[in-house]
Amino acid sequence: MTTLAKHTRSAPVQPGAPKPRGGFRKLGDLKIALLFILPAMIGLVAFCLVPTIRGVYLSFTEYSILGEPEWIGIANYTAIFKDELFWNAMAVTLQYVAINIGLQTAIALGLALLMHRVAKSTFVRGALLLPFFVANVIVALLWFWMLDYQLGIVNEIISWLGLPRVAFFGSEQWAIPTIAFVNVWKHMGYTALLIFAGLQAIPHHVYEVASLDGASPTRTFWSITMPLLRPVLTLVLVVTVIGSFQVFDTVAVTTGGGPVNATRVIQMYIYQKAFGESDFGYASALSVILFVILALVAFIQMKFLKGNESDLD
Amino acid sequence: MTTQTLTRRPINWRRASAWALVILALVVTILPFLWMLRTALSTNGSLASNSANLLPADFSWGAFKRVFGMQSTEEAIAEGGSGAAIDFWLYLRNSIIFSTVTTAAQVFFSALAAYAFARLRWPGRDKVFSLFLATMMIPGIFTALPNFLLIKNLGLLNTFAGLVLPFLFMSAFAIFFLRQFFLSMSREVEEAAMLDGAKHLRIFFQIVLPNAAAPLATLALLTFVGQWNEYFWPLLVGSEENVRVLTVGLGVFKSQSPQGAPDWSGLMAATIVAALPVLILFIAFGKKVVNSIGYSGIK
Repeated sequence: MTTLAKHTRSAPVQPGAPKPRGGFRKLGDLKIALLFILPAMIGLVAFCLVPTIRGVYLSFTEYSILGEPEWIGIANYTAIFKDELFWNAMAVTLQYVAINIGLQTAIALGLALLMHRVAKSTFVRGALLLPFFVANVIVALLWFWMLDYQLGIVNEIISWLGLPRVAFFGSEQWAIPTIAFVNVWKHMGYTALLIFAGLQAIPHHVYEVASLDGASPTRTFWSITMPLLRPVLTLVLVVTVIGSFQVFDTVAVTTGGGPVNATRVIQMYIYQKAFGESDFGYASALSVILFVILALVAFIQMKFLKGNESDLD
Repeated sequence: MTTQTLTRRPINWRRASAWALVILALVVTILPFLWMLRTALSTNGSLASNSANLLPADFSWGAFKRVFGMQSTEEAIAEGGSGAAIDFWLYLRNSIIFSTVTTAAQVFFSALAAYAFARLRWPGRDKVFSLFLATMMIPGIFTALPNFLLIKNLGLLNTFAGLVLPFLFMSAFAIFFLRQFFLSMSREVEEAAMLDGAKHLRIFFQIVLPNAAAPLATLALLTFVGQWNEYFWPLLVGSEENVRVLTVGLGVFKSQSPQGAPDWSGLMAATIVAALPVLILFIAFGKKVVNSIGYSGIK
């Protein structure tokens, strides 16, 4: 602040624009700031704010990309409410999110504790992070091959064990758990690293006091580590749950929504409505609903888990 | 003997089982990548009979040749390919253009904006910053539909311009990330430069950017990897061959596989080609990235 005040005073007054000092100080660096934020502002307005407004508008129209959007009020929303495929998509997505987040958070927490207690080397962390940097599409295809019914290595192992082969992507009851598992594999190292960073922020003396008091490791974990980790865990959960709701790539390259409707997650349904059936109004209404759900989920998680408060104080 | 060790150093067993879990996690993480390589170097015909060996079955570069369009149609079909012309050189080029252009522009423009939020004083600054932050909450698909219509109306479908435009100007995360860094930078040098009459633009280019080289590099790396892996947007606006990027190309390659006997070696060779640049970057800069996660918070 002092810097800026000093700067304002020492800035040479432009000969062409003799401005009163008071007004100049009030506006601060407005002119130069506008120059600095101009590109970002263009991006924000053109590709974020206007599309958001347009998306909401389109959700109240019938629009098949040819011709003009036609205002139909809330007809899209009432249709969605009665749309069995929408409810199916919601159920499938929720099932995916539950398996994906439950498994991923549990494994990541375990890995983070291991990294924190025993395997501190950067190599271990780096290796576990590897799948996160590989594209969703690549991860999906790799597991599509490894989980293949006929030749996949996983089914080879299963049949050596004398068990019946599993149609991982091909059967209705396995497809969603399989896709959830594939994405757990991709994200577990990254999630673990975020939790690990949270663990490292817990001051050492807290543990020392606990061990002096003779607390068992289990007790220490539940009474010290978990409560102190809560803000980090909440943030991790908010981000991963929001990402999880938007699963698309893995589904698109493996099952494409099938078998039957078993993996038609909500984003897949929006994609098919917009680009398969050219029903942009309906697809927009679906994405408004997704947006509202995500906002609610984030809000509930922050409230319920009190993510913005820390017990460290 | 077991009890002896146990009584002498009870902690050892806990450590041993902990390490066993770490090694298990490493194996589960690394092995699929080796399997990918092994499959790519095998021929399709011999995959079925040698499904359990970690070494390539009937070693061959055929799959890679097929991916780069270096096999004749007859050869490709003989080795279990679809025989369809598919040219990963072209997709590789397109991916490089798409990722490099968007990364360079996005990081630069975000740095400019971050400087305005961290160092300049102007009315409404914090409100505008919150607005940028709030956009992180908007799901990608929500803006993707109207953005697709915009690009279509501009006549930019299946052009590089259409492909890069939405990513070009900013990312809220990048602005947030760089603003945090700029706020933590010492102002002394900047103050001295200001007393010498240097303008903000000069200070930005000659003092702030060079001093922020490390976080800028980390950010650029993360952005590049994200762009390289982007699938949804290129799928919407860049489905034609001349602008098709690797991720989209992979999807097409997979769906062209002949029914019944997919070209697994070809597919795995293609995924290796698509993953290689990221893997190289990761091996070169992995340590830096690993240590930056946590400091930079969540991406």
